[in-house]
Amino acid sequence: MEHHTDGQPPLVVLSGVNKHFGALHVLKDVNLTVERGEVVVVIGPSGSGKSTLCRTINRLETIDTGEIRVDGRPLPLEGKELAKLRAEVGMVFQSFNLFAHKTVLENVTLGPIKVRGVKRAEADARGRDLLERVGIGEQADKYPAQLSGGQQQRVAIARALAMDPKVMLFDEPTSALDPEMINEVLEVMTALAKDGMTMVVVTHEMGFARRAANRVVFMDNGSIVEEAEPEEFFARPRSERAKDFLSKILTH
Amino acid sequence: MEAVVDNLDLLLEGFLRTLTLTALAATGALCLGTLVAAMRVSPLLPLRWAGTCYVESVRNTPLTVVFALAVFGLPKAGLGLTFFQFALLALTLYTGTFVAEAVRSGVNSVAPGQSEAARTLGMSFPQTLGLVILPQAFRNVIPPLASVFIALLKNSSIASAFGVAEATSRMGSLIEDNPSAVLWLLAAVALGYVVLALAASLLFSRLERSLAVAR
Repeated sequence: MEHHTDGQPPLVVLSGVNKHFGALHVLKDVNLTVERGEVVVVIGPSGSGKSTLCRTINRLETIDTGEIRVDGRPLPLEGKELAKLRAEVGMVFQSFNLFAHKTVLENVTLGPIKVRGVKRAEADARGRDLLERVGIGEQADKYPAQLSGGQQQRVAIARALAMDPKVMLFDEPTSALDPEMINEVLEVMTALAKDGMTMVVVTHEMGFARRAANRVVFMDNGSIVEEAEPEEFFARPRSERAKDFLSKILTH
Repeated sequence: MEAVVDNLDLLLEGFLRTLTLTALAATGALCLGTLVAAMRVSPLLPLRWAGTCYVESVRNTPLTVVFALAVFGLPKAGLGLTFFQFALLALTLYTGTFVAEAVRSGVNSVAPGQSEAARTLGMSFPQTLGLVILPQAFRNVIPPLASVFIALLKNSSIASAFGVAEATSRMGSLIEDNPSAVLWLLAAVALGYVVLALAASLLFSRLERSLAVAR
């Protein structure tokens, strides 16, 4: 997988980012660059700040100091500019967060129609295509509560894709799923990665990291402890903390 | 009993007035209350502050005093309205505070992930509220809203003291004319209010059921 960087700035750049929740220092001087077409998997123990890191990229969490740039531009403050940026950054949540009062198709078309001003017929056609692509075309007219967790998460991915995002953020997308549904979501994500989508994925799925990631970022206690290509990271972790973490999750 | 039967037309006319007053005030209060609830959850501090001031001042004033302020105060400020219009204004302003609080509790009952998902798609605050949060919030607050509107129906009887010829006012004048039939007249009017309130309950529980299907 080569990256289409020809002369353009990296898609996401975090420089010297710090954040506190009260007295808790959740992000400590974090620096991270994500190139175009790159798939970065963020792993680490719970409470290490990896979800917070993911959520700062579209400003669902504000930061105290440092700078975040998306596609070369610093993150705007609240308002129209921020809304515009968010429309270009797709996000998939641990708890799906599908709109409970809308059908599956409406979930996928609401953003394009209301935010982008796309005509309904056009948005519907594109929405059905996307639902086919994630393998749930026949569920288009159901409500989210009628779907399994794995199906809901695939709808959430289609909803994000409908906005034609430049980058997709995945905040523990399979952590709320029953084991038998994890693979159907990971397959969709792997296909996206193969298609060249730029992705930041917070996950505990080491198989996905090995298969689809260009780079693994290991976080602990609010800091990025090490970064490496997946093969290198899993075979020869450099830090004691990464070795310790891997020994705990890979022995089962 | 004859006093009731003989004056049935007057009583029914009174109830029609009660119903009109209640329906108009309910519509006004629903709009006003939703707007104020939106102000109270908005990211803009002056809007939140204005919404809170309105709710806390009007909600905590006795309705009779709100009526008196409208009927005696507004003409001094140069606003001349009919008694019915003053009553409508007082009831709308007063009930709007209770609607606002019910809707606000509904907004708070919607999972935070819903608004995060909406904002993540690039929706503005008004879009997030109008397209995603409020439709779900209303479903959750239909039972308390029904109570607010039934209270409004009964509260509209205060308009009788301020020159509006609604049901309670008609009852008052009929009792003066037929003092021996006081209990019959009271019972008839009480029954009228109960029937209207039950009809409202029925309407709201239907609404609740029809909206619940979509979950």
